[in-house]
Amino acid sequence: MTVSLVLIVIMSAMYACAVYMLLERSLTRVLLGFLLAGNATNLLILIMVGEAGIAPIFDESIEPAEYTDPLPQALILTAIVITFAVSAFLLALIYRSWRLANADDFSDDADDLALREGAVVIEAEETLPEASTTDFPLEREEPR
Amino acid sequence: MIALVPLVVLVPLLGAALTLVVGRRPRPQRIIAIGALVIELVIGVVLLIHVDQVAPLVMEVGGWQAPFGIVLVVDRLAALMIVVSAIVLLAVLVFSVGQGLADGDEETPVSIYNPTYLILTTGVMVAFIAGDLFNLYVGFEILLVSSYVLITLGGTESRIRAGVTYVVVSLLSSLLFLASIAMIYGALGTVTIAQIAQRIDELPVDVQILLHVMLLVAFGIKAAVFPLSFWLPDSYPTAPAPVTAAFAGLLTKIGVYAIIRVETVIFPGPELNPALMVLALLTMVVGALGAVAQADIKRILSFTLVSHIGYMILGVALGTVEGTAAAIFYIVHHIVVQTTLFLAAGLIEREAGSTSITRIGGLLASAPVVAALFFIPALNLGGIPPFSGFLGKLGLFQAAAQQGDALAYALIGAGALVSLLTLYALVRVWNLAFWRAADAVEGDESRLLRSVEEAPLSTSTVSGARTTPRLMTLSTAGMVAVGVALTVFAGPVYGVASRAGENLDGPGAYIQMVFPLSSEGGELE
Repeated sequence: MTVSLVLIVIMSAMYACAVYMLLERSLTRVLLGFLLAGNATNLLILIMVGEAGIAPIFDESIEPAEYTDPLPQALILTAIVITFAVSAFLLALIYRSWRLANADDFSDDADDLALREGAVVIEAEETLPEASTTDFPLEREEPR
Repeated sequence: MIALVPLVVLVPLLGAALTLVVGRRPRPQRIIAIGALVIELVIGVVLLIHVDQVAPLVMEVGGWQAPFGIVLVVDRLAALMIVVSAIVLLAVLVFSVGQGLADGDEETPVSIYNPTYLILTTGVMVAFIAGDLFNLYVGFEILLVSSYVLITLGGTESRIRAGVTYVVVSLLSSLLFLASIAMIYGALGTVTIAQIAQRIDELPVDVQILLHVMLLVAFGIKAAVFPLSFWLPDSYPTAPAPVTAAFAGLLTKIGVYAIIRVETVIFPGPELNPALMVLALLTMVVGALGAVAQADIKRILSFTLVSHIGYMILGVALGTVEGTAAAIFYIVHHIVVQTTLFLAAGLIEREAGSTSITRIGGLLASAPVVAALFFIPALNLGGIPPFSGFLGKLGLFQAAAQQGDALAYALIGAGALVSLLTLYALVRVWNLAFWRAADAVEGDESRLLRSVEEAPLSTSTVSGARTTPRLMTLSTAGMVAVGVALTVFAGPVYGVASRAGENLDGPGAYIQMVFPLSSEGGELE
């Protein structure tokens, strides 16, 4: 199987960026990381086609080996649809999280913190996220 | 008979469409949803009897032959899982209908709940009967996306927080699964499971192990195998009680089901079995220790869920027919009993207004029915004879003893210890929530509370008792009855599990099923 080096380099770069973004606290960046990782995976499926051939439309005069393998493209199409639906859901989740807490970052689990602090009750803090870790405006919106 | 195979998927899917059509009218919605699941259960039972007595069913969708088209495969394991899942999903739906009727549905917007629940059912069924890896992926995605909606139902702050953990972790495992499908396709040129099983030996051993590990990590996250189990106790307890019950019973077991398929059909070799056994041991012990430290009943149950996944992985990791059979029986037992316990926790929450064992007491006097409905499955999960939990563990330990090496005996010891720890955690719930007098709750200095770390916020606020609708109690009682029936009819059920295990002794039977014309191991072009 011959594969394109360019595609592999692009895929690796996308995976690397995706992992970096997924580890951020800002949910918007997590979403971007997920999109990158999803597309990198689609690219991985595409790479598995091997060397590109001509469009797989049946013609008796063409040898089977000359066609591009159509199956991975069908798989990618399905994967794209699923990624699309999940991103829409994630966006709704992020928006909801922002409306509730005016922050799109991932908050600490109160139970985890309590265990770490030896079960001291921790008051819920109302702080604004730092400008560097959020992608939303910092003014608190009055809940309607 | 073959026509029933696609109906397994179509019935809940059409039910979901119909419930959406009737929209905001709750009554017809409930009737359609319950009707769809009853039909599903009947289909499941018919399929199980046919598959067990006659022959496995393989449906070529659209009439295309196996490696070119999509196949739906119903063997004994799949049919057994369909029946158990249908029972559990039906009981949980009835429970949630009861809860919704009583609450006036402020918490759970009913127009979304029923369709999403039926689509979750569809995804579960697709995953069970998928004959190729990509279809399995699609099944997982269907059930995961609907589970994202169910776990964040209502959109309160705690649910959004827990939902984000769940969604991001699930997304990662899905991407990992998709990437491993891509690599398997690149290496073998097929995604049909039977054909992968035929061709896998042509690959170099190191490539095989790489693909094997990738699949195991992807499924291990879904099955909550240590160290990939961290997300589960964090996200399950905040969801509505019936949702948690359905998730705890089914979703992790689908991961285990996929692991069984991987270990028996795709990669039957023993290379990774010792590693899996160590993971099984760690899953059991860490989960049980987590359960002992918790104060909230739902969190305790989430940790016992993780811990008992270890038993199933133990059965699979043995790599013998007996081990697989015992693991299958244990899955059936655990789906039923874990769901029952979460439903009982839902009842406790209604009766006492809280699920924190530091704050409730006296339930034996005030709610004797709930006490009985909690006590029976608790003993069952703890492995007290003669319940099915004991029989399942006995089967697993016998299979491990047959293996007879040091690791197997270490696992038997750990399994016995963990079963005692589970019993300890659950009996403590019994002592504090049920047996302790209600007026002794304030300032109780009991020894039983020493290892407990009270969670400061989250689910443990006492919200005042509400009356429990009869439908909720009835469906929980039904599940307890199913659990007891599993004990009484353990012989026949274990028989089906054993025959299912024999079917999964190496990939030969599975390949024969999907490619009846080709000789075993022969390549079908």
